[in-house]
Amino acid sequence: MMKPATPSQVRVVTFKINDRDVSARSDETILQVARENGIRIPSLCYVEGLSVWGACRLCLIELNGDSRLLAACSTRVEEGMEVLTDTDRLRRYRRMIVELLFAERNHVCAVCVSNGRCELQNLAQECGVDHVRVPYRTAVYHVDASHDWFRLDHNRCVLCTRCVRACDEIEGAHTWDTMGRGINCQVITDLAKPWGESKSCTGCGKCVQMCPTGALVRHGTSVGEMEKDRGFLPYLSRMREAEWE
Amino acid sequence: MQLEELSELAAEIQESQQHCDHCVRVCMAAGCQSSGAKVVFDALSEKTAESEHVCVKGVGCMGLCAAGPLVEVTSRGQAPVMYQQVTEADAQEVVDSLGGAPVERLRCPSDMPFFTSQHKIVLENSGVIDPEQIKEYIAADGYRALVHAVTEMTPAEVLREVDVSGLRGRGGGGYPAGLKWSTVSKMPGGDKFVVCNGDEGDPGAFMDRAVLESDPHRVIEGMVLAGYAVGAAHGFIYVRAEYPLAVERLTKAIRDATKQGFLGQNICETRFSFDIEIRLGAGAFVCGEETALMASIEGRRGQPRPRPPYPAQSGLWGYSTLINNVETFANIPPIIRRGGAWFASIGTEKSKGTKVFALAGRIRNTGLIEVPMGITLRDIVFTIGGGVPEGSQFKAVQTGGPSGGCLPEEFLDLPVDYDTLRQAGSIMGSGGMIVMDQTSSMVDVARYFMEFCMDESCGKCVPCRAGTHQMHALLDKIAQGHGSVKDLALLEELCEVVRAMSLCGLGQTAPNPVLSTLQHFRMEYVAKLQEHALPDGGPPASERSATPPAESQETTS
Repeated sequence: MMKPATPSQVRVVTFKINDRDVSARSDETILQVARENGIRIPSLCYVEGLSVWGACRLCLIELNGDSRLLAACSTRVEEGMEVLTDTDRLRRYRRMIVELLFAERNHVCAVCVSNGRCELQNLAQECGVDHVRVPYRTAVYHVDASHDWFRLDHNRCVLCTRCVRACDEIEGAHTWDTMGRGINCQVITDLAKPWGESKSCTGCGKCVQMCPTGALVRHGTSVGEMEKDRGFLPYLSRMREAEWE
Repeated sequence: MQLEELSELAAEIQESQQHCDHCVRVCMAAGCQSSGAKVVFDALSEKTAESEHVCVKGVGCMGLCAAGPLVEVTSRGQAPVMYQQVTEADAQEVVDSLGGAPVERLRCPSDMPFFTSQHKIVLENSGVIDPEQIKEYIAADGYRALVHAVTEMTPAEVLREVDVSGLRGRGGGGYPAGLKWSTVSKMPGGDKFVVCNGDEGDPGAFMDRAVLESDPHRVIEGMVLAGYAVGAAHGFIYVRAEYPLAVERLTKAIRDATKQGFLGQNICETRFSFDIEIRLGAGAFVCGEETALMASIEGRRGQPRPRPPYPAQSGLWGYSTLINNVETFANIPPIIRRGGAWFASIGTEKSKGTKVFALAGRIRNTGLIEVPMGITLRDIVFTIGGGVPEGSQFKAVQTGGPSGGCLPEEFLDLPVDYDTLRQAGSIMGSGGMIVMDQTSSMVDVARYFMEFCMDESCGKCVPCRAGTHQMHALLDKIAQGHGSVKDLALLEELCEVVRAMSLCGLGQTAPNPVLSTLQHFRMEYVAKLQEHALPDGGPPASERSATPPAESQETTS
C-alpha cells in the first residue's frame, strides 16, 4: 500500500485554503491541514491512520485556478498554493459522484442497520443529493453471514477498501482484498471464500468499525442500530509507526 | 568491445552475406503469418535448399498488411521486386523467376505512395533484417550507438543528445523524453529502474507489436542507453501475453545480446552493467497506465495510484524509475548514432521526428506506416492509405484509440502532431488510426469505445467504475432509439464529471470518443433521439428496465 513520498527535509509552509491563511508542515497533505483548521472537505475512502487510497475522488480540490483538479488526500502542501475546496464546479461534480455511488449498488437507507450513522448518507445530505438522476442498476448482490459475529452485505459496499487496508496495515492479517474489475469489482475474504471459513481472519472486527456504510456490520443489529467506533485507530496507527521508526 | 571491433564485426557479417546472388525476404510478422506466411517461407526454403546462390530470410513487418503474405526479392545489381498475396503454390514460380523476369502476376507496385511517402527511422530495419539474428542487426549499424555511448560518451552527453532531439513520449502523452530522463538521472539514491511499456492495448493498434517482432534489438539497445544515461542497472520490458511472437523474439534477443556482451555485467568491458527482464501482462488494458504497470511488475493487482509522486520520484518498489514506450526506446539508437540535431530537423516545431501509425478500418492499404510529424491526415488516409475502398465514402478517422476521438473530413488538412490533434478534440495517442465510411454510425462508434472502457476499468475510482457503466447504458439507450433529450444532457454531464474526476488516464480520457462525436456529428445523436419521438418509436414496456431520470428517486430516508 502506498504512502505519499516524504520530502527529505520537512519545512513549515504557509498557503491559502479558501482565502484563509494556514500554516503546515511540508510533509502534510492538503486534506490533513484542512481538517486541522476545521475546513470541511468531503471524503470517503480516506481515514487518518490508514494509507492513502485516492479512489473516491470526493476530496478533489481546485488549485491556483488551474482547471486540473487534485485529490486533497494525496497532494502535499506547498508554499504559496491557493486551494479552493468549495466552488460551484466541485459541488456539482461531488454530487454526481455520490449519485453514481447510490445508483451503483442497492443502498436502501430505510431498512439499513447503519441508517442515521452512515457516512454515505451524510455525504448525500451534505452534497444536496435529493434525488438520483442516473438510473439505478438494481443488480443482485449476495450477503455473506457465515462469520460468527459479523456480516458482509455487498449491496451496501462502496469499495472504499478501508476494510482491506485496516486488516492489512493495522491488524496485519490481510484477510480482505478485492477481485474482479470495473463494475464487477468486489471485496473478498481470503481467496473469495465465505468469511466464516476464512483461515486468516482473527475476528478482531476492525474492518467492521472502519466500514463507512452498512456493508460490514455486527450480527444482531437492527435498522439504525449499527454504531461504529473508530477510537482505536489513531492510537494503533501511532504505535505502529513508532514501532517502524 | 571498442567501436573499431564492432565495425570489423559488422564488416565481416556483411561480407558473409555477399555470397548469395538472390535474397528472398518473407514477411514473418504476425499480420502476414496469419495469412499464411509460414507455409510460403517453408516452401521457398525447401525449393531453394540446394542452391548456394539463394538465401531465404524471414524478416519483420514490411508494412502493407492488406496485401500479405509479402515477399521481396533482391537480386544482385537489380532493383528489389515485391510480391503480394503469395501462396504456397506460387513458390515454385517465384524461385524459377530468380535471375530472369519477375512474376508480373504477383507483383506489388513498390513505387506506390504507400512506400515512397514514408520516412523510416523506427522501422528502418523492419522488413529488411531477420529479427532473430543479432548478426543482421549488427550489420545494419546495430549496437553502434551503445558501444559508442558506453565507451566514449558520458551519461550527461547521452542525456544532452536526447534533450536536443526534442523526442516526446510515443505512448500517447507526449511528455518530453529528455526532461523525463534528466529528472530520473538527478534523483538521489543508488538503485534505479528502466521500464519499457509494451502493453499496447488500443483496439486496432499494432505499432509496438511490429517493432518488437521486427527489430527487438533496437528496443534493447534503447533501454541500455537509457540505463547508462540515468544511472540504472536493471530494466523491465512489460509485454502483453497476447503477443507471443514478440515475447519469443525478445527472449531470444536478450539472450543473444547478453552473449555478445551488450547486456549484463560490464558491458563492453566498462564498469557499466545493465540487465533486462521480461514481464508478461495478463490482459488488463489499465496496466498500460504507468503506475498500474509498476504495480503489476511488483506482483500486485494492476491498479493505478494517484500521482504525484511520479515514477521518476517513487517508482518500482519506491525507487526512481524511468518508464517509456516501446517506440520511444526504438528512437534512441538512431538519435545517439546520428545526433539529436539530425532528429530535431525532422517534423514540426514542437513535435520532432517520425511517428508510426497502424492503419485499419475502411481503408485500402491496411498496414503499418512511419511518417514525419506534421504530415496531414489527408496524406496519411488518401495518399499513403489509398483512400476508402470503392463504393465507400470517407466519413471520419478515429485516432488515439479509446482515449482519442473521431475527426471528420474538414479536419483532414490538419498537420499530425501532439498539440494540433488535441486542439481538434482528438489525440495522437499511441498511433492507432481507424478509418470509417458512411456505413458506420457515430453513436455506435462511441458506444463501442465506451464499452471497451467500461470493461477495462479497474474498478478503483468511482467516476470511472460507475460513470463509464452509466455512460455506456445511456449510449446504448440512445443508439437503440430510446433516448430522450434529457438522456443526452445527462450523458454530457457525465462526460464532464468522469473526465475531470477520474484517477488515471483511462477514466480521464474515456469520454473523449463521446465528446468528439458529439462535437462533430451531433446530428446523428439528434436523429437517434427523434426516432423516439415517432409514434411507434417508444420502448416496449418489457424493456423499460431503468426508470427515466425525469422521475426522481428518493435516496435517503
